[in-house]
Amino acid sequence: MIRLAGLLFALIPGVVAAYSLTPQQIAPGVYMFEGKTEHFTRANKGDIANTGFLVTDDGVLVFDTGPSRSYGQSMRLAIGLVTDKPIHSVYISHHHPDHFLGNQAFEDVPIYALEHTIETIKRDGDAVTDSLYRLVGTPMAGTEPVAPGEVVSLGRQQVGGRDIELIAAGGHGGHGAADLMLLDHTSGVLFAGDLVFHQRAPTTPNADLDEWLQALEAIEALDFRVLVPGHGPSSRGPEPIKQTRDYLQWLEEHLRQAAAEGLDAAEVMYLDLPERFRGMGVLEAEYRRSVAHLYPEMERETLKAVGER
Amino acid sequence: MRVLIIGLVGLALLATGMAQAAAVEDPMRSPGWRIIEQRFFKDQTVVFDERVRVLAPASAEDTFAVPGFVQVDGIEDIERLLVVIDLNPIQKVLEMDINEAVQPSVGFRFKVQQRTPVRAAVQTADGTWYLGGVWVDAAGGGCTAPSTASANPDWAERMGEIEAALWQRDNGVQRLKTRLMHPMDTGLVDNIPAFYLETLELQNEKGDVLSTVSIESAMSENPVLSFDLATDGPVLLRGRDNQGNRFRATVTP
Repeated sequence: MIRLAGLLFALIPGVVAAYSLTPQQIAPGVYMFEGKTEHFTRANKGDIANTGFLVTDDGVLVFDTGPSRSYGQSMRLAIGLVTDKPIHSVYISHHHPDHFLGNQAFEDVPIYALEHTIETIKRDGDAVTDSLYRLVGTPMAGTEPVAPGEVVSLGRQQVGGRDIELIAAGGHGGHGAADLMLLDHTSGVLFAGDLVFHQRAPTTPNADLDEWLQALEAIEALDFRVLVPGHGPSSRGPEPIKQTRDYLQWLEEHLRQAAAEGLDAAEVMYLDLPERFRGMGVLEAEYRRSVAHLYPEMERETLKAVGER
Repeated sequence: MRVLIIGLVGLALLATGMAQAAAVEDPMRSPGWRIIEQRFFKDQTVVFDERVRVLAPASAEDTFAVPGFVQVDGIEDIERLLVVIDLNPIQKVLEMDINEAVQPSVGFRFKVQQRTPVRAAVQTADGTWYLGGVWVDAAGGGCTAPSTASANPDWAERMGEIEAALWQRDNGVQRLKTRLMHPMDTGLVDNIPAFYLETLELQNEKGDVLSTVSIESAMSENPVLSFDLATDGPVLLRGRDNQGNRFRATVTP
């Protein structure tokens, strides 16, 4: 089987660095590829986010396509080892580059996303792709941003005998409908995208914390049995939701407190972090990025207009 | 790009050649150090000292506005504080007077063009400079892309607006934080001339100058600055940009 996969890579032009992706079955016909709970590095080839797929009678539904063209191609090969059904369609959770840059490997099928995601990829796709080339290097070779071509229809729908629901929320990828989730009622698997992190510090470049916390309330109320977070291991219970909420609530209160005390942003970056978050991957780096994203606005609220003009 | 690489190789060779003659080795091993040394510390005594710390993220999230903070612990008789960025096209961020009323600590935001050391230097009464620093990684572009203000037709309406606040801290120290609306254009972008806040004076209630801060356009757009003052009572801010516009404000506790 391994040799077969190797042969297939040799036959696909432009494959420079294959990913060894192992599909984890999390429910009958439902699989995930688990990324590392790290930041982008050359060693991990950018494979830091979770992706997945659902096998239906009409073909395979893919949820997110990973950080590079090669990842998308590797995904397709790994899916082919599980089922001989063709790819039916692809759903992209949001516009961050670790989730959609494998789209090139799926250009022959419809790729669905929220309007916010499609517009943001069209606007920022080149810039985020450049930054991944810089961080990840060679495994990115040949990768170009492909914006999803289809706006997703939300709500409950039947696809190939599966009863799926596409749900929009916001707070992580941006305001309003910026994060797409897929709930498969047939198996009870929820692909939550980056609204939920597990054992890995959440990322906040486009975050609205209040909106995100509201989204987490709504997610907890959903009828799921297995939760696949955007980053970190899957879970049979709501633990990842609680963990994400705990961190985001702490982050907001902590930053507001620091702003109220008059601390400068760079000082805030070097404050001690609570022991209970120590087990999260990339905690310090993500926390410092969050200070850069969220603190300037909170800090500004503590200043008053004083000019005499 | 090729020019840049040759330039850096040349710079590295130059640095190696000169290192043999110079007494002080840069512990950060920066290819830009010899130029910084010539430009800012020529014929002066330089000591690399861990008591001078720059807090900044290891990687710039936004190359237009990277937070930095200088802390100095246990060095007496400091009279000047300087912040420089080795590998920026505009190297100096700010320079200010330090005295019994103004502590040697300052918070600021800077632009960064590539991976570079960010250094703080403090000069004591005997003329010695004490230096500390940190490397900041960056994808580039902070100095050679237009400010967002330049793209916004309303910027002139709001230019010069000042926001500020004072906080009482331990040991009678007062934290001043201020934000001034200014595009801080570097002059390195086509058809956008250099236009930046050049000096900011901090005065006490009576108008005595506590510190004069000279600023260059390596400082971010709409500068946000934090100072620690060993005074109580109101602080007067007096700013001037390189085109002669003046800005003033009174900050009350």
